[in-house]
Amino acid sequence: MSDAALVIEGVRKSFARVEVLRGIDLELERHNVVCLIGASGSGKSTLLRCVNLIESVDAGRIVVAGEEITRRGIDVNRVRRRIGIVFQAFNLFPHMSVLRNVTLAPQAALGQTRAAAEQHAVELLTRFGLADKRDEYPDRLSGGQQQRVAIVRALAMEPDLMLLDEVTSALDPELVADVLELIRELAAGGMTMLIATHEMSFAREIAHRVCFLDNGVILEQGPPQQIFAAPREQRTQQFLQRITAAGRL
Amino acid sequence: MAREGDRRAGSQVESRSSKALGVRRSGGDGSRGVTIAVLSSIVFFALLVLAVTNAPGWPEVKRTFFDWHEFRSSLPGIATAFKLNVKIFLISEAFILVLALIVAVVRSLPGPVFFPLRALAIVYADFFRGVPTILVIAILGFGAPALQLRIVPTSTTFWGIVALVLVYTAYVSEVYRAGIDSVHPSQEAAARSLGLTRGQALRYVVLPQAVRRVIPPLLNDFIGLQKDTALVGVLGAVEAFNQSQIYTDATFNYTPYLAAAFLFVVMTIPLARFTDWLILRDRRKRQAGVAR
Repeated sequence: MSDAALVIEGVRKSFARVEVLRGIDLELERHNVVCLIGASGSGKSTLLRCVNLIESVDAGRIVVAGEEITRRGIDVNRVRRRIGIVFQAFNLFPHMSVLRNVTLAPQAALGQTRAAAEQHAVELLTRFGLADKRDEYPDRLSGGQQQRVAIVRALAMEPDLMLLDEVTSALDPELVADVLELIRELAAGGMTMLIATHEMSFAREIAHRVCFLDNGVILEQGPPQQIFAAPREQRTQQFLQRITAAGRL
Repeated sequence: MAREGDRRAGSQVESRSSKALGVRRSGGDGSRGVTIAVLSSIVFFALLVLAVTNAPGWPEVKRTFFDWHEFRSSLPGIATAFKLNVKIFLISEAFILVLALIVAVVRSLPGPVFFPLRALAIVYADFFRGVPTILVIAILGFGAPALQLRIVPTSTTFWGIVALVLVYTAYVSEVYRAGIDSVHPSQEAAARSLGLTRGQALRYVVLPQAVRRVIPPLLNDFIGLQKDTALVGVLGAVEAFNQSQIYTDATFNYTPYLAAAFLFVVMTIPLARFTDWLILRDRRKRQAGVAR
């Protein structure tokens, strides 16, 4: 508990009559990376959205750095400022330049001066090879560049925790590498991350722990070597077989 | 999806403007296309003029509606009166743009707490879109001053403006609302996920995109408003229509109506072109250089 960046206890969530999360327990240590794998519809995205309070949980608790964020009356904006989330569809603001996309939240939500926010944004953009794109608009960038900008936008808030929701799934295969490289760098820098992904080899390489979600529960979790080489559950074996057959591992 | 919608809007704009610019895109040989367009236009309008001027009543119509001398002598007076139309338009428009945005935002407030406000906004929009503008102007213009309240002005122009603002705010709020609804919810989710409050997300992310998308229909309502300033004339304010009526009553020549119409058209056309230019510029800024 002491050093846990994120604790999820018994989280349940239903949409209409469909129970998408059926009691999730998960713990994420500071500076660790946990990858969520599982078929589409297994609840990965919903779990991430619950952690960012985009969705409210029906039952259970979520604790971030010792503070329960699912309690009543919590300031959701304050919580979200500490938790970055990046979506599959980038969701950049199309009417703003790259630089403005990155500086908006630090200025509006953290009250940084424009100069300070821009300086920080330029540093981040430079670090991730996007410095020359600062004045471009999102529609003029490739998907890979857009997704890297989206990650930088989240990083500009200096979050304690990053949630990545299948960030490479909408990208052409040749654009995936740059985005994964960026995430690798973040992991190497000690960023705490919860990553939903279909990139199995990447999960295997980067994760401290891999969780297999099936039908709203974490069916199996463990170090990547164990999950990928010797999965205990039959459902995990089936899932990985299908992935292997599709050439994704 | 949000961007998808934008692109669609953009391509419409482009196809419209390329039509406006001529027929260069219609074929490989541009100058030949222009020649055909010019020739067919000349033939078409020549036939139209022939048909009208050969009509049995044409000499009479020509005398009463197309009297050049009458046109020139009435234009300065009508132009002076037209200043009142411009003034009514500008004042009304300023209020409409702001108030309609407030109504639209109120209508899109989520949650049961805001139900009374939402309901009020809906009733307001339904009511003032349903009542003919001329009736609102007449009721307010003749009714409100009759109350003889000291604090409210009795000027007919003032009440004409109030009526126009009430009616057009209802229309324009619907336009804004369509724009707000067209911004994909993922945009607001992205803004909120960064820690922006609902108000900040609306201000920085949703509204700027919404307003950009509805500029063409907004302009449409502006033009409608410019024309409807003439309705304030029923209250007795001497604006362009009333002034032209005064002239026609004196001379039994209707050419002053044409002079008034000319002034209205002269005012609306540049606005339409200006808006097209604004839309194109915004689109170019965002997408130039991309092969699509």
